[in-house]
Amino acid sequence: MTELEDYGERIDALAKRLGLDYYTVDFEMAPASLMTEIAVYGLPVRMPHWSFGVRYIHQLVRQSMGHSKIFEVMFPGDPCRAFLMDGNSTAENALVTAHVLGHADFSKNNQLFARFHAMAGSNIVETAAAHAHRIQLAIESHGVEKVESVLDAALALEAHIDVTGELHRARYAEFLETKDKAPESQFQSRFRQLPGADAPVAQKNGQVRAPVPPHSEYDLLWFIANYAPELEQWERDIFLMVRTESFYFYPVFACQIMNEGWASYWHARLLREADFLPQPLYLSAIKAHSDVVRPFASGQQTALAINPYHLGFTIWERIVEKHGLERAREVRRDEDDFGFIRNFLDEELAEQSGLFVYETRPGDEIRVATKDISAIREAILAPKFNYGSPRVAATELKHDGSLTLVHDHASDGRGLDATRAKRVLDYVHRVWRRPVKLATANDKNEAVELAA
Amino acid sequence: MIRIAAETPWYDLFSRGARDWLRHNEKVRDAVKDTLPELLASSDLMTGPGSRSVAVPVKFLEHARLRLAEAQVNQGAGQGRGEPGDVLQPGREEGGEQGQAGGTNDGEVRFVVELKLDEIVDWLWEELKLPELKPKRTATMDQNEYTREGWDKRGARSRLDRRRTMKEAVKRHAVQGNTALADPEPLSLVNDDLRFRQLVKRPSPATSAAVIFALDVSGSMDEAQRRLAKQFFFFALQGIRRQYSKVETVFLAHAAQAWEFDESQFFQASSSGGTVTSSVARLALEVMEKRYEPSRYNVYFFYASDGENAAEDRDEARATLADIAGQVNYSGYCETGGVATFRPRDTQLAEIFSELKTSGLAVGTSHLASQDDVWSAIREFFTEQSKE
Repeated sequence: MTELEDYGERIDALAKRLGLDYYTVDFEMAPASLMTEIAVYGLPVRMPHWSFGVRYIHQLVRQSMGHSKIFEVMFPGDPCRAFLMDGNSTAENALVTAHVLGHADFSKNNQLFARFHAMAGSNIVETAAAHAHRIQLAIESHGVEKVESVLDAALALEAHIDVTGELHRARYAEFLETKDKAPESQFQSRFRQLPGADAPVAQKNGQVRAPVPPHSEYDLLWFIANYAPELEQWERDIFLMVRTESFYFYPVFACQIMNEGWASYWHARLLREADFLPQPLYLSAIKAHSDVVRPFASGQQTALAINPYHLGFTIWERIVEKHGLERAREVRRDEDDFGFIRNFLDEELAEQSGLFVYETRPGDEIRVATKDISAIREAILAPKFNYGSPRVAATELKHDGSLTLVHDHASDGRGLDATRAKRVLDYVHRVWRRPVKLATANDKNEAVELAA
Repeated sequence: MIRIAAETPWYDLFSRGARDWLRHNEKVRDAVKDTLPELLASSDLMTGPGSRSVAVPVKFLEHARLRLAEAQVNQGAGQGRGEPGDVLQPGREEGGEQGQAGGTNDGEVRFVVELKLDEIVDWLWEELKLPELKPKRTATMDQNEYTREGWDKRGARSRLDRRRTMKEAVKRHAVQGNTALADPEPLSLVNDDLRFRQLVKRPSPATSAAVIFALDVSGSMDEAQRRLAKQFFFFALQGIRRQYSKVETVFLAHAAQAWEFDESQFFQASSSGGTVTSSVARLALEVMEKRYEPSRYNVYFFYASDGENAAEDRDEARATLADIAGQVNYSGYCETGGVATFRPRDTQLAEIFSELKTSGLAVGTSHLASQDDVWSAIREFFTEQSKE
C-alpha cells in the first residue's frame, strides 16, 4: 500500500465520520498530458473536433507561462471518477483527495446534479467515450468533412438546450387537442328542440395539425435533431450526443462557485482534523490550500476576476459559522450559484473580501464602478445566465422547411455579434439544408434579420 | 469508499489534443490555399530559386458561437483594494478609436504556416487543371554533366568501390587456388584489387527557357493595374519553371523609352509621359539576339499594358511585335484596367495582337480587370500552349 493509499483510506473514514455522503470514488493517477486534455475537453475521452485543438494550444501556452496548474479533475457519477496528477507531491495529492470527497458529496446531494444523474445515468466518462467511438465510426463511413460540419453546428449550439426540460423528450403532439365544447345551456337545449331549428353542423376537418414548434423552443439541439427536414440518422445521433454531454456540463457550470467552495471547505476541514498526517505534510498541504483559495495572484493587490474557490470557500465558512452545518447541507442540496450568491453573499462579506464592480470603457480604461451589493451579485452572475449564452429560440418551421430563429434581444439587453451569428447560421444551414433566418437587433437596437 | 487505481502508462501514448490541433492546421492550410493568389501577389517571390517558400502569418481559426455584441461599457466583478472611481488601468493615450475596442483578445495569438512554393504551384495547377507546356524540340541546349562510367585501378579514395574491390580480391584468391569458403582467414587485399569509380563528362540535352516580361509603366498604368500584371507574370513564370530545368528572366519596362531592370525595381518603376511600344519590342529583340538565341532557347514574351499606344507608333509596333512573335514559343499580351466588360476594349495594341493571332502566330491576349481574370488569363495561356 502506498503512502497516498494509506492516507486516502484514513481521510475517507474521517469524511464518513464527519457526515459526508458520497458514492464510491475511483481515483486514478494520470500524467500531466492527460490532465491538460481533460481541462480542454471537459472529459477524458471526448469527440474529436478541431476547435478543441485550438483550446489545447491555448491551454499549453497558459500552462507554460505558469498561469494555470491543474490539481485534480473529478467526474460525478456512481462511482465518481477522479484523476490525480502523478507529478504532484503526496501532500498535494492528499489535499486533492480530500477536495474530491467534497465534490463527491456535493454531486450526490445537490438537486441539479441529482436530476442529471437520474436522467442520464451514472457514468458520464464512459458515455462520452462511447460517443467518441460512435463519431469515429461515422468519420470512417461518411468522411471527416461531413462529420465535422455536423459537429460545427452541434457544438456551436452546445449551450442552447433547455436546462429545465427533460433529457429524453417526446416529439410535440402532432395534432391540436380538440377543445371540449362548452356544456349546453338550458336555453340552448330548449332552443334546439324547437321545431324548425337546424341540426348542429358537425365539424368538417377532423383534427387540426399543430404548428411546429407549438411554442418558442429554446432547446435548439433537440429541435434540430427532431425536426430538421433532411437530417440523416447518424447526423441526428451526433446532435443528441452533444446534447447529452451539454446536459452533463450544466450542473458543473451552474454550481461552480458553490461546488468548488464546498470542496475547498471540506478539504480544509478534513486536513485540519486529520491528526494522522505528519506535520510537514500537513503544512505543505495547507500551503497548497492557501494557493488555491487566494483571491489574487501573489504580489497583486487586485484581480479583475473572482476566484470561485475563494469566493465559495468564504461564503460556506460564513454559512456554517452563522447557521450551522445542517443548514449548510440544506443549502448545498437546494441551491445553485444564483440562489447561493443572491441569498448568502451579503454586504458584510462583500466588504470583507473587497469585492467590487469594474467597468471597461472604450480605450480600455478600467475603473472601479461601484461596491453596491446587488450590482456585485449581478456582475458575478451575469456570465452564468442561460448557460452563458444569448437566448435564442426556434419559433417557426415553415411548410417549405425553412427555419426561423429569434433572439430575445430585449431580455439580453442588446443584439448578437453579427459576424459570429452569421457564421453559426452558416453552420446550421449546412445541416438544416433549407433556408435559416435569425432575427436579432443591431447596435442601434433596430430589428435586423440574418439569413443563410 | 475510495479506490486508487495503479498508474495507466498508456495515457501517455496518444494525444487527442495534438490530433485535433493537427486537424485544425490542416483546415488552416486549406483556408490559406483559397486566398493564395492575393497572398502571393503581395510578397516578392519572383526571382526564385533562393527562397522557395512563403511564410504566411495566420490567425487561429475560431469556432463561432452565438454571442452578444460588444457593449460600449463592459462590466465585471473584481476583487481587491479599490474604491468607486479608482482607475485600475489607464486608457490608451490615443484611445477612443471605436474600431480598436471592438477586437477580441482571443484571436490575437498568431502562428506561421510555411508553404513551399513548388507545393503551391502544384496545387494551383491541379486546381486549374492546367496542362504541361511543350518545349520546342530544336531548342535543347547541351549541358555538360558528370556521369559514372567504368572503373579504374587508380582514383580518389572517396570513389573507392568496395563491393567491386572485394570481388576482385575473391577472384584473385580463387585463381591463386585457395577458396575463400574453405579458408577461415579473412581475405587479404593487395593494391591490384582496388577499383575506383570513374567519372566522365557527358553532354546531356537540357531544356532551358528565357522569359521576357515587358511592362508598360507610363503614367496611365496605375498601382492596381501593375499589381494585376505582376500577378499574371508571377504565375506564368511559375508555370514555365515547372517545365524547364533552367529558366532565365528578363524584365523590361517602358514608357516612351525602354529600360531593362532587375526584378526588385521592376514593379516600382514608373514614368510619366507617352507610350511607345515599339521601344520595348526593339529592346526585347536586342536581348534575344544577344543572350537568348531563340533557336537554342524556349523564349516566352509577356507584355502587359493598358493598351494605349502612341498613334504614330502603330506600324512600327506591329512590325516589331510580329518579329518577336515569329521567333518565340509564345507571346502573351495582357491588357489591364478598364471596367470589367465582356470584351476587351478595342485598343490599338489589342488590335495588333489579335491581328497577329489570326495570322497564325502563337499569340494570346487576355484582359485583366480584376483578380479573377488573372486565373482565366493563366488558363488561356497554358491551354493554348499545350495545343501545339
